[in-house]
Amino acid sequence: MNRRKGKNTFWIMMMILMLIITAGFLVVFIVRIISLGAPVLSWKFIVEPPREAMTEGGIFPALMGTFLLTALAMIFALPSGIFTAIWLTHYGKPQWLVNILHIIINTMAGIPSIIFGLFGMAIFVNLLGFKVSLLSGSLTLAILALPVIINNTEQAIHSVPADFSEASLALGATTRQTISKVVFPAALPNILTGAIISVGRVAGETAPIMFTAATFYSRSLPHSLQDEVMALPYHIYALMTEGTHPESQVPIAYGTALVLLILVILIDATAIIIRSYMRKKRQW
Amino acid sequence: MKGIKEKTFQAIAYIASLLTAVCLIAIIYGIFHDGLPLFQFISWKDFLFTNNWYPVYSPPGFGAWALIMGSFYVTLGALIIALPLSLGSAIFISEIASPGLREIAKPVIELLAGIPSVVYGLFGIAFLAPLIRQWFSLDTGLNLFTSSLILGIMVIPIICSISEDAMSSVPHSIREASLALGATKSETIFKAVIPAAKKGIIGSILLGFGRAIGETMVVLMVAGGAAQIPKSIFEPVRPMTSTIAAEMGETIMGDLHYNALFALAIVLLIITFFSNLITEIVFRPKRQK
Amino acid sequence: MNRKILLLTLILSLTTLIAFAKTTITCSGSTTVLPIAQATAEAFMDGHPDINISIRGGGSGVGIAALINGTIDIACSSRPMKSKEITQAKSKGIEPIPYAIALDGIAVVVHPSNSISNLTIKQLKDIYTGKIKNWNELGGPNLPIVVISRDVSSGTFEVFNERVMAGAKVSSSAQLLASNNAVTTTVSTTPGAIGYAGLGFVSSKVKSVAIEKIIPSEQTVKDGTYKLARKLYMYTNGKAKGAVSQYIAFIQSPQGQKIVEKQGFISLN
Repeated sequence: MNRRKGKNTFWIMMMILMLIITAGFLVVFIVRIISLGAPVLSWKFIVEPPREAMTEGGIFPALMGTFLLTALAMIFALPSGIFTAIWLTHYGKPQWLVNILHIIINTMAGIPSIIFGLFGMAIFVNLLGFKVSLLSGSLTLAILALPVIINNTEQAIHSVPADFSEASLALGATTRQTISKVVFPAALPNILTGAIISVGRVAGETAPIMFTAATFYSRSLPHSLQDEVMALPYHIYALMTEGTHPESQVPIAYGTALVLLILVILIDATAIIIRSYMRKKRQW
Repeated sequence: MKGIKEKTFQAIAYIASLLTAVCLIAIIYGIFHDGLPLFQFISWKDFLFTNNWYPVYSPPGFGAWALIMGSFYVTLGALIIALPLSLGSAIFISEIASPGLREIAKPVIELLAGIPSVVYGLFGIAFLAPLIRQWFSLDTGLNLFTSSLILGIMVIPIICSISEDAMSSVPHSIREASLALGATKSETIFKAVIPAAKKGIIGSILLGFGRAIGETMVVLMVAGGAAQIPKSIFEPVRPMTSTIAAEMGETIMGDLHYNALFALAIVLLIITFFSNLITEIVFRPKRQK
Repeated sequence: MNRKILLLTLILSLTTLIAFAKTTITCSGSTTVLPIAQATAEAFMDGHPDINISIRGGGSGVGIAALINGTIDIACSSRPMKSKEITQAKSKGIEPIPYAIALDGIAVVVHPSNSISNLTIKQLKDIYTGKIKNWNELGGPNLPIVVISRDVSSGTFEVFNERVMAGAKVSSSAQLLASNNAVTTTVSTTPGAIGYAGLGFVSSKVKSVAIEKIIPSEQTVKDGTYKLARKLYMYTNGKAKGAVSQYIAFIQSPQGQKIVEKQGFISLN
């Protein structure tokens, strides 16, 4: 009996140890980024463009670039993704088509992001001649986000109790009315959460934009869809691997990382808060 | 009137689905279309199993063995580090922690899962690699060990979160029955809860595998870039993903190097597809219950 | 509510886009040329507020490929284009025209604690093919040699390959890094390392060795006695016109060449 108790204590200690080591790693990670990034942060850092061969100044073009890339990608991906999910859940015929589509979507959801970048470069930049641009980059990011949005929307729609749509149809509403007035509003919180998390993911992606949109240095903001843009994740990568004056540029990289981190965490936290708020308000 | 609105809505949904299908099929088609031509130049056996990656020499060599092994080694290393840590943490959060702690821990893990990979890469190249180089008196800190470490940390939130979901979905009756029979808490965990949550846990490991093998930025910045089979865990490696990222900019559409990179993409696609397939098989029977 | 936010964001972004109508020059390629391109671009943009220059790195190969693919205005290259590339370009309707913008010497660097101060081309080649594995074989400290090289898109690598390796393969245990800067940073923190980088990247953190008893300097590069001297180029499609030709002319002007020297490279004249 004592041996079993001993084993019990041992294993519980092990679990606690695992958690502590994990937490330890993550704390060191975050503290490091904050401690090296915070000194660089200032209002000027956020609103000024880089100067003096990227050793001074700020990251405003990168911030703007990330914002534009993400916004455009979402404009392309959200409507297509949501309507695809609607078709799959409400209109999907024939069944084999639905199944094939599901297989394709699930596979795409797991594909490494660099392959999207490779594809984007081959098709948008070279074949279609869009060049390295906001357009190519956001299209590539949109395709990246599409499978996740579709899966998430489908799940959200499925989580609405079937009686809702059945009641609606029984009252004589058409499928369209049922979807737009009953199912979609009910599923909206989850759809929204998923969409917001996708925004966070797209903002932080580097590989898809490396050769489709991102540039190392540009002073002004893009004035058309054809322009190259700076972007926060690419900026970090470029400073660390191609930077010409590491002493001043490594701190800037940390600062950029901190900005990106704060951005992504704010976006994700918003999603989580919306979700728990909506769940509490939910009446079923 | 109603008829038109109905039809239009349905048509929009249908077109969206077609668009999605076209995009996604285009990617698969495009990868094969641009990758297969390589095999007129080199047999797929040579491509997969010889270690001779010299794409810009004359004549060029496209033996990707070291690259493929690089991907697997790094992923294996990441899983070795991540599994005990994430499963242990998951068990703790699900079975041992107080409800208050659990309320805090779950959202925190979700937030951590969203951290962009390039930030992990920065941490690796600027902080961890020099540290490891000093600690172990190595030639360089950019190697298999460091990149596995960072990749492992990156994958922990994913495995932890999904395993924890699986474990906390196990009905309390199972735990209570086990404890009522006189089992200790740890025995309950290992002999009752985990077997019941087995499918979810395996699924989370597969997801972690998929994420690790597909990761690009971390390995690009931290793995070292030597296309070789490492003789020790402290040597640099070059997985497929970082090879594609490092070389894709300098390829000209249509030439052999271009095809070779797409061939690597084919390999990654196939690995992802099978990993997904296995995950589906593991997860699906759960619904039939 | 969400639709209103979306609409607002859209309008905001479109106004931001329209507000800054400018001519843009896109430039990409060599990481050696990158600091020159950036510094001169900044100075040029100060004097021409209606022109915006967007610069990317990636390596000479990336720039040349982009030029051949027709997606870039200027390809920065630290090596001349190969005849194969010129043929490929012409077959796609691109006419590459080179403009020399600076001179450079590829410096071979080691860790400051390394006692070696001279290498012959043959020794360098043997180190990079992996034939010589330890510094003590050359009269240096008993330390395994850590070979640092550049990846396939590097123009610096191509020049090194041509002048030193003469086509022999670099040892597979060599680390292939993405930029000049990565090379010098790695060499400065690795006692047994050896690497090569453009002269502008050599700082006190690393030690530059003489090649065939010649030290790379402005003198030895200009009179050609340094074996690894080279020109740095910007390639355009057809003769440079408009804003592009203004920019290149600026770099080649005395003001631009002063900036070249400030970045640690060597002026053309």
